[in-house]
Amino acid sequence: MSATARSQKTYMLNMGPQHPSMHGVVRLVLELEGEKVIDVDTEIGYLHRAFEKHAENETWNNVVPWTDRLNYVSPLINNVGYAMAVERLAGIEVPERGQYIRVIASEISRVTDHLTCVGASAMELGSLTVFLYLIKAREYLYQLVDNLTGARITTSFTRVGGVKSDLPPDFAEKFRAIAKEVRLSIAESDKLLTRNRIFMDRMEGTGKFSQADAIAYGVTGPFLRSTGIAYDVRRSHPYAVYGKLDFEIPVGSTGDNYDRYLCRLAEIEQSLRLIEQCLQQMPEGKHSLEPKEIKHAFEIQDAGKHGDTELLAKYKAKVDQTLEGMSKDDQPNTRVLDRKITLPSKESTYTNIEGLMNHFELVMWTWGVKIPPSETYFAVEGGNGELGFHLVSDGGDGPYRVRCRPPCMFPMAAMKKLLIGGQIADIIPTFGSINMIAGELDR
Amino acid sequence: MNSNLRGDVREAAAASNHETLSQLRAEGYNMLIDMTCVDYLTHGKPRRFDVIYRLMRLDPATGMDLGRVELHCAVDAEPAVLRSAKDLWPAADWLEREIWDMFGVKFADRPGIKRLLMYEEFAGHALQKDYPMGKRQPLIGPKSGEKAGSPSFNILKPTITGE
Repeated sequence: MSATARSQKTYMLNMGPQHPSMHGVVRLVLELEGEKVIDVDTEIGYLHRAFEKHAENETWNNVVPWTDRLNYVSPLINNVGYAMAVERLAGIEVPERGQYIRVIASEISRVTDHLTCVGASAMELGSLTVFLYLIKAREYLYQLVDNLTGARITTSFTRVGGVKSDLPPDFAEKFRAIAKEVRLSIAESDKLLTRNRIFMDRMEGTGKFSQADAIAYGVTGPFLRSTGIAYDVRRSHPYAVYGKLDFEIPVGSTGDNYDRYLCRLAEIEQSLRLIEQCLQQMPEGKHSLEPKEIKHAFEIQDAGKHGDTELLAKYKAKVDQTLEGMSKDDQPNTRVLDRKITLPSKESTYTNIEGLMNHFELVMWTWGVKIPPSETYFAVEGGNGELGFHLVSDGGDGPYRVRCRPPCMFPMAAMKKLLIGGQIADIIPTFGSINMIAGELDR
Repeated sequence: MNSNLRGDVREAAAASNHETLSQLRAEGYNMLIDMTCVDYLTHGKPRRFDVIYRLMRLDPATGMDLGRVELHCAVDAEPAVLRSAKDLWPAADWLEREIWDMFGVKFADRPGIKRLLMYEEFAGHALQKDYPMGKRQPLIGPKSGEKAGSPSFNILKPTITGE
């Protein structure tokens, strides 16, 4: 067939951004020969909200609510990732209980992320029942998140130096009841989908990705694991308390859509196991770094004169009654003062003057947490893979630069590789299994 | 247990970025994890931007990360000296487009590079430090490019970067 004959046979088709399976935010320009995809061009940016630019104009703590809007299906993981990156930059460590709470929060989010992905792609393949089962399970988890953070999606749960609050008193019982429901929904969906002829025909062998391609395109997360590479940030670089927990990394073998579906289902079970272990293991204690006790400088001096030196480290000197004096660095050797990094608890802010002043100081322009000039990179395992934050501080009270490495951008960049040569109908399951979340893709 | 996600921080001359990267790739750094840019406008550095390559040595058999490198290349927006790493890692394609889009740093062998997130008519590069926070552009705002007086139109508050 000559080139001219072929070019007459192909035609261009715009898919999205209004196409329902493109979720309203991605445009594919397809070149088709009949129903076969000859070429594809992906256009993104429809949901660009200048996250990185906004972050540069906020204080360190004020960026946390913006991170909710990155991957809005698993906002808690973004909160944790950002807060841990800032803590790495400041050189501080959160108390152990706080770390357990963060792991619990992240794993709940991972489950909701996977449930949404599997549910939505099943619905796009015509299986509305499965979608309803899984969204029902997700709804229970959202109620749990609501219970924990006060919001279903815009959680803003972490603070630099800790979390917003401790677990609610009946959290463990509630979780146990909900975990049962989630497992039931998964079992039901598994029965409906996993050996379903129609589902398998659409998923098996489509959107195939080799290990070499996955590495070349920088793909991480369930997408990489479905090709058989067990890379997981939680295992490779155990952050928080993942090193103390027992979990498996499910991997696929062929790297097709079906494998990605199986990987996600298996990961949900692992996440539930992780939360159960956390609830058993977590110690009592403080969930956040707390402002140190403040004493007047002369009192500290007196204590020193009386030989009472072991208590000195516990106190921060209050130099002057004015705000200017309060913020003077009384221990220049420490990188950041605790008092100046953690927002006091809401109970403290609303009930006593020290808490209120402390809070007020931290949220005032140019008075907030100051971090010495430095750069860092920190990553957590997000729902879609390695969610990294590259932070630059210039010594101010807010970031000089925040770079978010969006995990779902990398498989999106490989769309050409995934789609060319396939049928137009394969676009739906392949795009679904990427789990493109425009909030983090476009930022 | 290696918990250093940042890895080895190195610098390379912008003119030889491709050689350095291919050498690193030959050493086993098989994955381009991320690529970004920082605008050091107020830092008084000899070159305004740092383009940062983040590489990882991934062992496919065990799935473990065997080490990382963060490679900094100092450049100015003009002239374009960096060479594209697209041929080493296809992942670099979109990342380079984003760097051009947001910072205005071009790659010598990609003269016709397309923006990634913004539309082609967008003037300027939003993540440059001297791009004003509240600036409006005609295609997404009123035709004249001026701020609308109507309260229903997103009213801009003055920011510390000023306008």
